[in-house]
Amino acid sequence: MFDSSILWASVLNGVTTGAVYALIALGLTLIYGVLHIINFAHGASLMMALYGVYFLKERLGIDPYLALPVVVPLMFVLGYALQRLVINRASHGKDENILLVTLGLSIVMENLALLFFKSDTRTIDTAYTLTTWSIGSAMISLPKLVAFVGALVVSALLLWMVRGTDLGRAIRAVAKEKHGARLMGIDVEHVYAMCFGIGLACLGAAACFLLPAYYVNPQVGNGFVLVAFTIVVLGGMGSFAGALLGGLLIGVVESLGGLYLGESLGQVGIFVIFIAVLLLRPQGFFGART
Amino acid sequence: MSNRRTFMAHSAAAATTLAFPLVAGAQAKTVKVGVLHPVTGALAYSGQQCRMGALMAIEDINKAGGIKSLGGAKIEALLGDAQSNPQAGTAEIEKMNEAGVSAVVGAFASAICLATTQAAAKYNLPHVVDVGVADQIVERGLKNTFRFGPGYKKCAEIAVANLHVLNTAAGRPARSVMIIHEESLFGTGTANLLSRELPGYGYEVKEVIKHANPTRDFNNIVLRIKQVNPDIVIPANYYNEYALLVRTMQQQKVTPKAIYSVLGGAASSYKFVKEFPDAANGIIDCNHWFNPKDKRSAELKKRVEAQGQFFSYEVFMTYTAMRLLADSIDRAKSSDRAAIIDALSKSTFSDHIMPYGPTQFVNGQNMGAQPLMTQVVKGDIKVIIPRDYREVEPVFPLNG
Repeated sequence: MFDSSILWASVLNGVTTGAVYALIALGLTLIYGVLHIINFAHGASLMMALYGVYFLKERLGIDPYLALPVVVPLMFVLGYALQRLVINRASHGKDENILLVTLGLSIVMENLALLFFKSDTRTIDTAYTLTTWSIGSAMISLPKLVAFVGALVVSALLLWMVRGTDLGRAIRAVAKEKHGARLMGIDVEHVYAMCFGIGLACLGAAACFLLPAYYVNPQVGNGFVLVAFTIVVLGGMGSFAGALLGGLLIGVVESLGGLYLGESLGQVGIFVIFIAVLLLRPQGFFGART
Repeated sequence: MSNRRTFMAHSAAAATTLAFPLVAGAQAKTVKVGVLHPVTGALAYSGQQCRMGALMAIEDINKAGGIKSLGGAKIEALLGDAQSNPQAGTAEIEKMNEAGVSAVVGAFASAICLATTQAAAKYNLPHVVDVGVADQIVERGLKNTFRFGPGYKKCAEIAVANLHVLNTAAGRPARSVMIIHEESLFGTGTANLLSRELPGYGYEVKEVIKHANPTRDFNNIVLRIKQVNPDIVIPANYYNEYALLVRTMQQQKVTPKAIYSVLGGAASSYKFVKEFPDAANGIIDCNHWFNPKDKRSAELKKRVEAQGQFFSYEVFMTYTAMRLLADSIDRAKSSDRAAIIDALSKSTFSDHIMPYGPTQFVNGQNMGAQPLMTQVVKGDIKVIIPRDYREVEPVFPLNG
């Protein structure tokens, strides 16, 4: 049996990792909630954002946290353009086509990265990479703490945007009934593209928070995207609060799983929960029954 | 990444000069040699270090007049990338065979060497293993395979015996051990050997933890170490993971009586010592090491450092492996593969900087090969055992 101080450290570790998972899942759930498509290019987009942060640091010496105002808008523009110019046109209005288009995009992105950046795993070193804070009896590294706070702030901003702004109202209207929204004069294509853009902007923020304590290689997105899908289903497809809570929960389960079962088996816990949710509460924590 | 770019530029420049050594000279023939390492992927750093060592050796050999018995034939390097996986290594052997190389030097990682030596055996292509510590590499009866350095069985035995000597001299403060190893052939094999050897000397192996390559978060593993609280932590993994493990231990304030590595990827690495002097301080390692009393090793170190690179074990292991091969080609008086294999098997090569004495191969293993024990002391790496090579007295336990 583990000491309580060690359990506490593992839980903290999980909560901070989970916050970043949540941020990635928020983007995914927003795109699903409005466009009703599963974005298979989510992991590859995160990988692109991570490379962006990496090269800003290595080539221009820009600190990952200071790169936020560069990477987040860039990812937004990329997302907006992808939806408007590629996904929307190639899908011809059919959901199953969108699925294949995003899957294709992810394959293209990964292979381009492999071609240009090679398969090397790259990391950056910052002055604060090894700095720790003690919370109670546990040590937590500064980048993880920053990622945790940052993820919460971005989630709050996103919630405020959806609840309190005109764009948010338009998004909710399109999500509920796109034909009705169109009749009310809402530019549905624009809202779609905005959602895709915001979804990818979340990844931009996640990348800035991740890299000081993480790494990037062309396959890095795959690990995250599987976890993010689980979180979206767990929290309820399209639910923000669900994604946040789901992310934190999955982070803790993964961390404790790793502690008790070892690194290789640690992720088993996530998928056990996933299956249990599908069996017992298929709509997720916060999902509406349909 | 400027290191990597400079490195690439250097290797490209070196390869070009090696490929076209005699624009104006007499038409001496060249001997093609495959230089195969994982220069991309998870093991890229080590692979690039190996390649640098090989290219420096070729430069030295060619500058000193090439292969004398072949009328001063120059060695021409054919560079290959094993991409940190055995399949890619095998594919490179096929290409090198097609290109007509006389021999291959490589391929750093055990799992890759296991595949490349076997692939080379099909073509009776001599393969000098530069590092590859798994003993299976030389235990399959492959006539083409020669390993200059020690295997992990020998390293584990020496490490455990010396641990016992150090511990007994200090009044036996250490009784329990925890092993952290990477999941491929090298780490798993080393961990198995250690778990078998240690109880015989009265040490309790409390836990053996394995991890993947790459692992980027060692928090859970370090928390387990904290819980189990062993006297000694033994890591057996490659550079990145070794460095991260030790840094996370420092972060979480886990301080065992000793970090005692067996073939630790970063334990006796000047790069690690320079970048993380606090984390590295006091670490003991049983690893490939040059003879510190031989003046030529200091000269080689200086040359590597002048290029802005670190003098890691990969560099001098592959450097020496290439010199061994050149010596054998010279003795064979031929670039024919069978003749080189014959010369390698009879080699008595002794003009090297390793603490091995004259070379003597039995079933492809150099019998004199041995690791040395080093410790990080005041930002430098010093030999502590055996006495013949000792530079400083060992410090054990660390927080005694």
